[in-house]
Amino acid sequence: MGRSLLGIEDLDRTEIERILNRAVAFQPHGGPTFARVNTCTGMMVVNAFFENSTRTRSSFEIAAHRLGADTLSITAAGSSVAKGESLVDTLNTLSAMRPSVIVMRHQASGAPHFLARHLSTPIVNAGDGTHEHPTQALLDARTILDRCGRLEGLRVVIIGDILHSRVARSNIFLLSKFGASVVLCGPPALLPREMAAMARGVEIEYDMRRAVRGANVIMMLRVQLERIHEPQMQAGEYFRFYGLRQEHVDLAHPDVIVMHPGPMNRGREISSEVADSQRSMILNQVENGVPVRMAVLERVLLP
Amino acid sequence: MKRLLIRNGRVICPASGHDGVADVLIEDGRIAAVGPDLTAPGADTLDAAGLVVAPGFIDIHVHLREPGFTHAETIATGSRAAAAGGFTTVCCMPNTNPVNDSATVTTYIVEKARREAVVNVFPIGAITKGSEGEELASIGSMAAAGAVAISDDGRPVMNARVMRRAMETARALDIPVIQHCEDLHLSAGGDMHECADSVRLGLRGIPAAAEDVMVARDILLAELTGARYHVAHISTKNAVAMVEFARRRGLPVTCEATPHHIALHTGHMRPYDSNYKMKPPLRGPEHVEAVIEGVIHGTVDCLATDHAPHAGDDKMQEFERCPFGIIGLETALGIALEVLVHTGRVSLNRLIALFTSEPARVIGWKGGQARGALKPGYAGDVTIFHPEYPWTYDVKKSLSKSANTPFSGRTFRGGPIVTVVGGEIAWKAPGF
Repeated sequence: MGRSLLGIEDLDRTEIERILNRAVAFQPHGGPTFARVNTCTGMMVVNAFFENSTRTRSSFEIAAHRLGADTLSITAAGSSVAKGESLVDTLNTLSAMRPSVIVMRHQASGAPHFLARHLSTPIVNAGDGTHEHPTQALLDARTILDRCGRLEGLRVVIIGDILHSRVARSNIFLLSKFGASVVLCGPPALLPREMAAMARGVEIEYDMRRAVRGANVIMMLRVQLERIHEPQMQAGEYFRFYGLRQEHVDLAHPDVIVMHPGPMNRGREISSEVADSQRSMILNQVENGVPVRMAVLERVLLP
Repeated sequence: MKRLLIRNGRVICPASGHDGVADVLIEDGRIAAVGPDLTAPGADTLDAAGLVVAPGFIDIHVHLREPGFTHAETIATGSRAAAAGGFTTVCCMPNTNPVNDSATVTTYIVEKARREAVVNVFPIGAITKGSEGEELASIGSMAAAGAVAISDDGRPVMNARVMRRAMETARALDIPVIQHCEDLHLSAGGDMHECADSVRLGLRGIPAAAEDVMVARDILLAELTGARYHVAHISTKNAVAMVEFARRRGLPVTCEATPHHIALHTGHMRPYDSNYKMKPPLRGPEHVEAVIEGVIHGTVDCLATDHAPHAGDDKMQEFERCPFGIIGLETALGIALEVLVHTGRVSLNRLIALFTSEPARVIGWKGGQARGALKPGYAGDVTIFHPEYPWTYDVKKSLSKSANTPFSGRTFRGGPIVTVVGGEIAWKAPGF
């Protein structure tokens, strides 16, 4: 599993920097689309998505094609998992077709880590349950670097359903490794106090106005209705206390940027005014998905 | 008359206070005599020089999976694993299929065990019908058929009123009520102990409070009903404190700890490896320490394995889909010696009590069923072990049908050598 990318937690700063720097070469730089490099011609990328995804899966497909690799995409509905086959058997079958890498999304935390122990094909984690989503954190870091030029010393506020967010976890690990200070903010039931112990430089703030004060980056998270098994806050109450509005942006650093991994629920966690403002990096994030995933795939395919 | 003479061992029997080199004579399945230089013409003899000779070990919490889940374990295989772990008596939980909630199933297990088991098997009956928590099971009939306790292990009785009635019934029958303490609302969906690690790994947590609130409720019900109440696999600081509180009030409340809950904490877990997934979950170090302290101070009455076999393919899944539980019969003594005795925290004498006289007291076997001591008339069950010799556990050689354990490959200091059940040798260490 040496070349697998299972999570940000296991990567060191140098490896992350290498991926982020390599991604720059694949950015459009004013051109009509991403660079086509064909460094991975003849290789095969299998996208095994056991959980629905539009942007991550298409982003990985485009990335693979731009590298010259062939792709095969499998989704849960059409897979043998839907016919009752175990995950290990499904992946063993895929592995027997000799792909160069399996890009995998799964609703169970740790599913790729578990498979990596039983499979020789390298695995790239495209999101596992409520655990990690490493390529999202990498593209978020690329987006912050493009705009702010550094990560160290930034005040990054992550707001929303932190407990169920794999995006939050990967970002916490990454930002902490680079010396950013990370403020987590959300309703207490979705932000256990133990999260402060996840990494160095992480603090918890339940009051959103205090959290955003002086922030360089505000990352909003989607309210993951499908994952919440708890007695829940009313939607109106949620937006009132944890929805991002212009009044919060005004409390932040004058150059603050606003991010959201998508898909976003306007009026639930973010107002349209903010989502569509100049501060919003939401489309830049999507765009950076391709070059960052090219860099990630290349790292696996060309060791 | 069939006779077995075990000679020259260091005989340790906590119940009778014996500790010294002696011989043990078993006649017709019962202890006949303990003393120096016994003579028994025509008896089979076993030389136990250099070994510890103890009353047969008792495990009051195992899952033999029969009837219903025989792909994971059977009475035959589970009893062999028990013998290989030094156990001569096991009590099997009722979560079989069908659930042991009637005299018919109890009798089936008793009869099947009589034919196929190499150790004594005593069934534990369900508290409620189908262990569904609503209607009381046929508790009196099960007790008459041989059930020694009642429990809805794995499916705690959430309804306090049902629990109260069960306790009243059990009190009249003089059998203990054993509870798997877990408030199902607090633990719902949880896969590991709720802590910084569960949050980091993105796994849903089972808070310690899920165990604590049920222990608290049940102790109050035990006071109300006067029932003998036993907490299965105790795992939290507060639960231990509450059992201690109940004892100080003179209530007949007891508890057991498993070897894995004293040997492992959350920091030992290999991420997403289902061999570390059980209920209650492995807790944080402060809880483990509290349970060990409880063992040292006597709040924890006995050790029990919660041997929970699951077939390989059930455990080869995404962590959150895997069933809870690990096997434990063959590693119990090795772990207990390592954690309690070799660290100097518990004497060898007390360790033996935790496996013999103490569990016997929790269940309360009497008369012809008396066990847990090397006293004349008691069951002729003897566990012979070496407290020091090094050996490595290889689950591939396990006598259990399942292999779900985090301890494979671990080297222990001390383990079972010969297991004698009713005067017959049920198991011998390879090479002895």
